[in-house]
Amino acid sequence: MTMYFTKDHEWISVDGSLGTVGITDYAQKALGDIVYAEVPEKGRKVTKGGDSAVVESVKAASEVYSPVSGTVTAGNDALAGQPALVNESPEADGWFFKLELSNTAELEELMDRAAYDEYVAGLE
Amino acid sequence: MRYLPHTDADRRAMLAAIGAKDVDSLFKDVPAAARLDQPVDLPAGLSEMAVERAFTRMAGQNLSAGCAPFFIGAGIYRHHVPATVDQLLTRGEFLTSYTPYQPEVSQGTLQYLFEFQTQICMLTGMEVANASMYDGATACAEAAVMAARVTRKKKIILSGSLHPHYVETTETVTKHLGLELESLSPDPFGMEDLMGRVDSQTACVVVQNPGFFGGIRDLTQLADACHEVGALLVVAVAEPVSLGLITPPGAMGADIVVGEGQSLGMGLQFGGPGLGLFATREKYVRQMPGRLCGQTVDQDGKRGFVLTLSTREQHIRREKATSNICTNSGLCALAFTMHLSLLGETGLTRLAKLNHANAVRLEQALRQVKGAKVISQSYFNEFSLYLGDDVDAADVVEKLAAKGILGGVAAARFFPHWPELRPVLLLAATETNTQDDMEALVSALNEVL
Amino acid sequence: MAEITTFSGNRGLQLEEPLIFEQGSPGRIGTDVDDAGPIDEDRLAGLARKEAIGLPDLSEPQVVRHYTRLSQKNYGIDSGFYPLGSCTMKHNPRLSEKMARLPGLADLHPFQPKSTVQGALSVIDSLAHWLKGLTGMPAVAMSPAAGAHGEWCGLMSIRAYHDDHGEGHRTRVLVPESAHGTNPATASMCGYSVDPVPATERGRVDVAALKAKLGPDVACIMVTNPNTCGLFEDEIIEIARATHEAGAFFYCDGANYNAIVGRVKVADLGVDAMHINLHKTFSTPHGGGGPGAGPTVLSEKLAPYAPLPFVVHGTDGLELVEHAEQAPGAKPFGRVKGYHGQFGVFVRALAYILSMGSDGLRQASSDAVLNANYLLASLKDVLSASFDGPCMHECLFDDRFLKDSGISTLDFAKMLIDEGFHPMTMYFPLVVHGALLMEPTETESKETLDGFIKVVRALAAKAKGGEADDFKAAPRLTPRRRLDETQAARQPVLRWKHGANAEG
Repeated sequence: MTMYFTKDHEWISVDGSLGTVGITDYAQKALGDIVYAEVPEKGRKVTKGGDSAVVESVKAASEVYSPVSGTVTAGNDALAGQPALVNESPEADGWFFKLELSNTAELEELMDRAAYDEYVAGLE
Repeated sequence: MRYLPHTDADRRAMLAAIGAKDVDSLFKDVPAAARLDQPVDLPAGLSEMAVERAFTRMAGQNLSAGCAPFFIGAGIYRHHVPATVDQLLTRGEFLTSYTPYQPEVSQGTLQYLFEFQTQICMLTGMEVANASMYDGATACAEAAVMAARVTRKKKIILSGSLHPHYVETTETVTKHLGLELESLSPDPFGMEDLMGRVDSQTACVVVQNPGFFGGIRDLTQLADACHEVGALLVVAVAEPVSLGLITPPGAMGADIVVGEGQSLGMGLQFGGPGLGLFATREKYVRQMPGRLCGQTVDQDGKRGFVLTLSTREQHIRREKATSNICTNSGLCALAFTMHLSLLGETGLTRLAKLNHANAVRLEQALRQVKGAKVISQSYFNEFSLYLGDDVDAADVVEKLAAKGILGGVAAARFFPHWPELRPVLLLAATETNTQDDMEALVSALNEVL
Repeated sequence: MAEITTFSGNRGLQLEEPLIFEQGSPGRIGTDVDDAGPIDEDRLAGLARKEAIGLPDLSEPQVVRHYTRLSQKNYGIDSGFYPLGSCTMKHNPRLSEKMARLPGLADLHPFQPKSTVQGALSVIDSLAHWLKGLTGMPAVAMSPAAGAHGEWCGLMSIRAYHDDHGEGHRTRVLVPESAHGTNPATASMCGYSVDPVPATERGRVDVAALKAKLGPDVACIMVTNPNTCGLFEDEIIEIARATHEAGAFFYCDGANYNAIVGRVKVADLGVDAMHINLHKTFSTPHGGGGPGAGPTVLSEKLAPYAPLPFVVHGTDGLELVEHAEQAPGAKPFGRVKGYHGQFGVFVRALAYILSMGSDGLRQASSDAVLNANYLLASLKDVLSASFDGPCMHECLFDDRFLKDSGISTLDFAKMLIDEGFHPMTMYFPLVVHGALLMEPTETESKETLDGFIKVVRALAAKAKGGEADDFKAAPRLTPRRRLDETQAARQPVLRWKHGANAEG
């Protein structure tokens, strides 16, 4: 499994042509207490950089953009009852959706962890 | 000027502290070409007495509803508002506060909004209600847009039972949003076939109950038909007092209920401000427009209230907000909730029965009017009266007014392009109508017809 | 003081008050309703209500006490200084309330024959006359219900004009970054896309950037003037000129019109449409969040597209035009709400305007600007002013003065509550960090301002002195302390239900 990151602070972990998407620890800290997450339903087509999910704190709402294109295979239903999972476990239990990638070449445009960490350090 | 506290000495001292020569110099960023160096050419200020005189004169040019046998409804109803409502409403802490942005010093407003939301849920049979909108017409338009958002469909069907102002407002609001509106013909007889129009493209059907022409209908089957194809049923209630006596929309399967709350607490006020009511199912709460108040606890663990789920709103979502609405009708919601608290279950039920009984008595009295016939099969406190084939109801209304009777409103005032509606007169009866009023109307109608 | 506890939970004049649903007893009533008496047969089509509503029954004195106690948990302008920036919390004259309650104005139905409501139509007509006279604009749409509603009315008029002139392709709207959230939300409601315009370091629209964005697809610009930073857009005439040259309209957000009434006619700035918040500029009560009113003045070009209904002078007195065909030449874009506008608000605004008069209105704007500049001058050495003065009716600070103190704008605001003031607007506009926007208004005396200045200076010193914990704990003296907004949003409880809302 390899993890990739976007400049909009999403992560995707990839196993073959299957990916899992969430928001990074940096993103959840910036948003504060997450109170709501809306995840895409199974079967929805998402495009790289397109709206795929919504995440809300008390004072902010933010779109989650899909890091790659593909077809959603599952949304994380647990977030409906426990949006705090995004704060507590952003890169594991707080995932947003899984998808079947339609073009794995798109991954090449994303950052690896080292590059992302450096990117974030530059923002602070 | 009595509202402005500064003396000239105050102004001089403040200018000195600022380091400015005069007030004009504070306006230096205004381009010279646009600066006025003296007041606009309009009258100077008046004393309190002079202002009272001016308004008393204007008020004297009107025939107020309380001075005449009065039977006008059509979405705005005349009810007795207990003196307590207005006396409490003018308490400065209610009247002169603003949106409860600082909840620690706004628990009064927040608690009454929470109580208001609860009362609206109870009345309509719905699960969640917002803290109010501008009026019934704008709430109706917002409901249509919300239904399209929820269903991701475009077709909106407006029943011929819907108040024409609600129809026109919804048409305006949806004009540039890429939605398809089907506005049905006015339907005084309750004959339209809505179920036959619902299809897989339908976002919602909007009906009014009791309808604009008075009729009450069972919406259960229509709700089922909507739900079968994934559409929502939106029900508008223009007379909330009716909910004291008839089955609420929520019990008939409505997905969104909108309405006008003016009947309780507010009086006529020439039709504005109104109080937009908006309620829906819990599962749609995040698609709902308008402010919401919610319960929580403070840092000492005590129950308290805050504005919540505000990420739906314009100040956070900007162009992606559910609506551009910013204000609500706070003080009108307060008046509504006060009146309803004074009535309670016992009082509202009794009031609704009294309204209906007076309307039934009015119908009976009108049997003595030659050629006239009530065409509403069912009704709550308002019905349509057919005056006879060649009668112009608008003309009749004018003649009644000349006799000092405010005898309803002609359907043609709303539907000038429907000649078949020319003889139709809408008449409402509430608890404010006496038997004498009804007899006066009947005898005047017999004179002018 | 926090350690004092009582058996009742009350604290002297601070009285606890349960929800109204927690205090009824079936069979009580708070107002008289006659018995309906017998009728032969109902006309309810078998749809009589089968289940109880669930409302509590209370007596009149119980209801009076409930709302009196609730009112005591609120802060209003009547209570004290309320410098909530951009909201214009000024004195609400009670004469206006009295006039709005004259039976000859309050007890009128919108569908009475026009012969019986000539006085009401003349209230609308007189107010329209004043709004046109003060702004120098030729027309005004009276029916919008609030500021945001007026914005929408203005943009819908613009869209109607463009559609009517074969320019329906104009769908881009330029909106400065500092704009209020209603501006982009309104543009979306008209089917427009929003293109943000950056600000300069002086807190004004970047005119070069705006000009670069103008083009044949731009419908209008939406510029607030005075702007949300409390500054007059000094290049406004050039902005308007360039906008018109590009075939676009200038929508002015009139939220801050109260700063310039009687000192500037907005027609002279090149404005094509502007809403006027009667509840700000003309002092009708804010009422805990409405009702407001947002009449929208329109230029000659836009006037024919004004929404229905409107009042015109006829041969036989005043007429109310409810359908387009009643007024030759009118091309209304539609109807924006039910009935004829916020009439009750019109009466109050007109009573205020007649009381103030042309001279008083000019004095009011002058004093509003004087008061804001006085606050700015008296606080700029201890807070961090975002921009140089002079400001208009409000002054903007940011949170640089709190740097490294561990105290946020929010904490600072909450501390003011314990001191007996309503806080300023926080975190708006978004263009500066941790904004504190103060609008004193013209109805505050020098003594009140001096009292506030003294407290803010003391708090600023305390903040710099490193007493962050005190700020974090504020407010302590209010009926409720800081509320848990996260819990409210995570598990929304939006209504009372029997047995489900236990007192915390």
